[in-house]
Amino acid sequence: MPARPSGNNKVKGAETMREKWITKEEIEHIAQLAHIELTEEEKEVFTEQFNRILEFFRKIDEVDAGSIPPMYHVLDIVNVYREDEVGETLPKEGVLENAPKKEERFFKSPRIV
Amino acid sequence: MSTPRIHEMCAVEFADKIRRGEITAEDYIWSIINRAKSVDGKINAFITMASEEALEKARDIDRKIARGEKIGRLAGVAVAVKDNICTFGIRTTCASHMLENFIPPYDATVIRRLKKEDAIIIGKTNMDEFAMGTTTETSYFGPTRNPWNLSKVPGGSSGGSAAALAADEATLALGSDTGGSVRCPASYCSVIGLKPTYGSVSRYGLIAYANSLEQIGPLAKSTVDCALLLSVIGGYDSYDSTSVNMPIEDYFRSFTSDLRGLKIGLPKEFFDEGVEESVKKHVWSAIHKLEDLGALYEEISLPSLEYALAAYYIIAMSEASSNLARYDGLRYGYRIDHDDADYSRVYAKNRRVGFGAEVRRRIILGTYALSAGYYEQYYLKALKIRMLIRREFESALKKFDALAGPTMPLPPFDIGEKINDPLTLYMCDILTVPANLTGYPAISIPCGFEGDLPVGMQIIGKPFDEKNLLEISFAFENNTDFAKRKPGLQ
Repeated sequence: MPARPSGNNKVKGAETMREKWITKEEIEHIAQLAHIELTEEEKEVFTEQFNRILEFFRKIDEVDAGSIPPMYHVLDIVNVYREDEVGETLPKEGVLENAPKKEERFFKSPRIV
Repeated sequence: MSTPRIHEMCAVEFADKIRRGEITAEDYIWSIINRAKSVDGKINAFITMASEEALEKARDIDRKIARGEKIGRLAGVAVAVKDNICTFGIRTTCASHMLENFIPPYDATVIRRLKKEDAIIIGKTNMDEFAMGTTTETSYFGPTRNPWNLSKVPGGSSGGSAAALAADEATLALGSDTGGSVRCPASYCSVIGLKPTYGSVSRYGLIAYANSLEQIGPLAKSTVDCALLLSVIGGYDSYDSTSVNMPIEDYFRSFTSDLRGLKIGLPKEFFDEGVEESVKKHVWSAIHKLEDLGALYEEISLPSLEYALAAYYIIAMSEASSNLARYDGLRYGYRIDHDDADYSRVYAKNRRVGFGAEVRRRIILGTYALSAGYYEQYYLKALKIRMLIRREFESALKKFDALAGPTMPLPPFDIGEKINDPLTLYMCDILTVPANLTGYPAISIPCGFEGDLPVGMQIIGKPFDEKNLLEISFAFENNTDFAKRKPGLQ
């Protein structure tokens, strides 16, 4: 991990528009959670862009939606059950065909431990 | 009147001719392939052409006809398919480096249904990467150009599908619409594009971006073609848990040009200061045309629309962050060659190189909106606003048969003009996202030209009332010439 530049990225409360809603450190943290590497230059650009986008998102703060239920989905979906019957499946070769790395009949993952 | 060249024909016209033995599927497919060869260097509508497979299938159909066998409703018709819809054996890239070499081992349900009716997949069309965009500029394979003016965007994210139709490189096309991605390019390329009611077309085999919002939808050069394509792809599918069991109709069999008594609501928010005057002018004259045909209109207000765009983007990004978590480069997709590195760093690298900037932006912002401490402020609040908007639409559509307004707030703009400013680009979706938030069907109909640039009118209908939208489109198309015009493309 490259060392973080010190001093120029204060937490919230700095309240400059640049980092009003999200700081560069927070973006680094979230990107890590999402498993996305960012270049230093990208972090700078995203910090500026994200703050403008979040500023726009905060427009929803104007709405008093206290008693309104959230709408997770447009349909009134209920769980559907079916018999546990074996259906048609893809052949093994078909499943492995797109794997960038494989060994015998397995996907090959990077080292975990 | 001059007869259209072979590749200019509508699907319904071609279906007639092939049945009467006036044309062969092979001659027609050659005509489409040659057209694509001569113009696609300028347009870049296709990521992959499937010419060989298409010709083979065309010969099959010609043999079937020669033997007097029964042929499907779309026999021989060249369909361009957006590259986020899985096609068995034909690579499906989502216009992303991540899936550059992905060859699906199965067909999406809509593709199975097309094949059952003997349609021919002519190629896979360009799009914004993972359908995240409004201009088809974020494609890993370069932008698509608007056939009406090559310096302009074709709209997005299904820009390749709409441009392929406008340039006569295909006869029908499929797109997907998460926040306007069928209707926007339909409007910008002057073709008809419909987003069906959520649940009416199977999403099985559609590579997910924001699954509570998106639907696969038909694009076509005429309303009748659009209706025919919808009737082929629509209907219940047990492979999609959100598929709704509704009967599918041959919508176009009963079209009339009579709109007497039709009640249209015009939300004033669709005509506010964010919409360019030139667009308003053309849409208003289209509305007066509908009035001439017997429709009645009334201006109304849907006050929560003001919050639709923010709510939409919060929900779409949140769902994207979850849906795109599957791209780790193990089972498929881009994988960097660092076996010894720590697994989480391998994933993070795969996803940095494999995804373009807009995709990364949306995944990270979506992860943020769902993260502890922010969930209630962003995601949950957006879902509540979604409910408010749905209620307003519900009550408006009790009083009116349909709602109308422009599809896009401005005419097609220059390639490169807005791409470096994400927020400005998001604003272009302001009129299309409500139909995705509510799940209601909506259609974009060519309704005018500002200079050489197309303008589209959007009609939003009641759930599962696609027939009414197509009826309005049919009446309008029959009494105007906008959908019949061709770009001056050499």
